[in-house]
Amino acid sequence: MFEHYLSLFIKAVFVENMALAFFLGMCTFLAVSKKVSSAIGLGVAVIVVLTITVPANNLILNYLLKAGALSWTGVEGAENIDLSFLGLLSYIGVIAAIVQILEMFLDKFVPALYNALGVYLPLITVNCAILGAALFMVQRDYAFGESVIYGLGAGFGWALAIAALAGIREKLKYSDVPAGLQGLGITFLTVGLMSLGFMSFSGVQL
Amino acid sequence: MAKTDTARGLLITPIFQNNPIALQILGICSALAVTNSMSTSLVMGLAVIAVTAFSNMFVSLIRNHMPSSIRIIIQMTIIASLVIVVDQLLRAFAYDLSKQLSVFVGLIITNCIVMGRAEAFAMQNGPGLSFLDGVGNGLGYTFILLAVGFFRELLGSGSVFGITIMQTVNDGGWYLPNGLMLLPPSAFFVIGLLIWAIRSFNPEQVESNEFKITTNTKPQAAEGSA
Repeated sequence: MFEHYLSLFIKAVFVENMALAFFLGMCTFLAVSKKVSSAIGLGVAVIVVLTITVPANNLILNYLLKAGALSWTGVEGAENIDLSFLGLLSYIGVIAAIVQILEMFLDKFVPALYNALGVYLPLITVNCAILGAALFMVQRDYAFGESVIYGLGAGFGWALAIAALAGIREKLKYSDVPAGLQGLGITFLTVGLMSLGFMSFSGVQL
Repeated sequence: MAKTDTARGLLITPIFQNNPIALQILGICSALAVTNSMSTSLVMGLAVIAVTAFSNMFVSLIRNHMPSSIRIIIQMTIIASLVIVVDQLLRAFAYDLSKQLSVFVGLIITNCIVMGRAEAFAMQNGPGLSFLDGVGNGLGYTFILLAVGFFRELLGSGSVFGITIMQTVNDGGWYLPNGLMLLPPSAFFVIGLLIWAIRSFNPEQVESNEFKITTNTKPQAAEGSA
């Protein structure tokens, strides 16, 4: 059991890295990777949000939306109801709500953490990595325990990628880049090379 | 720059001068993974055009009745509903393509172009103009997607839209396909080079360097400090 979870975690972090293998969360990935400190702040926020929202959406899927999921209500005919077409709307609603609640909770009880992460939290609702992880969870039919590990792993992989890119970009700004490649262009090429490096993890199996 | 207040300008400007992907860095998220063939790029582009155009129109229609504190949630709901419609249509009429696009159709919801245009344009303009603005930005997005898809499919599998252009070695032809082009990293390289090309033609888009590299005027001092 433990080995299964460990392998799932490693796979989510390295082999199926959210940012470098699936291009998810690219907008924020490119926009907030200019400084290592802010990149790590955003990375931690993504880990936290993913670890909470993926399992939450897993519960929503299994107890509300799936075909026959409503049979626990005991209402007659409930086992014939299939609400899975409402999936997208529910997941994004759950994500937006959880991010909002997390923001208020941190503001009230952990102000130090709120000051560090606060500015990144609103950005996260529209981060494709969050919704993407929820959709992959649905597609691969993870159980609840697996979804917790998957959320954690996906978040960790994304954070690792953005921290690494920020480190490279901090050094890169002192180098002499051709005018047209300045800024966005060279960043794309850098991410491409990083992605190539991460490709070498594919096939790693525990 | 072309006039942005005319209908024609609204359609044309986002394609070349103010491209959402190349200049505004919007909507790269869900796009790159689908560009390894032309047909998936085209379908993805059409889906984004439809969603952006209609979400812009609907947001613009109710813009004067929305309390600004909850406008993001309302926009999100409109966009999510439209994406569900697109997703269901694709599943009904183009099942194979919808399987290939997998989760990326759903990810149109968080495509920053849709949100960005609703927030930046539709909240201030009438429904007709907003619709056109949505179509224009969708076209700009589709244009980049098709360009990337063209290079990746041509070099990666020697074909365009599934029609063989360069016969590959495996089929008894002469072209040895470049497998890298079908892998994720190549999308970054192609877009990076595309941005380079676009910016070489439009030098005003070039980003200024934060740190100017100057020639070393005091070689002695530099040597001493090292």
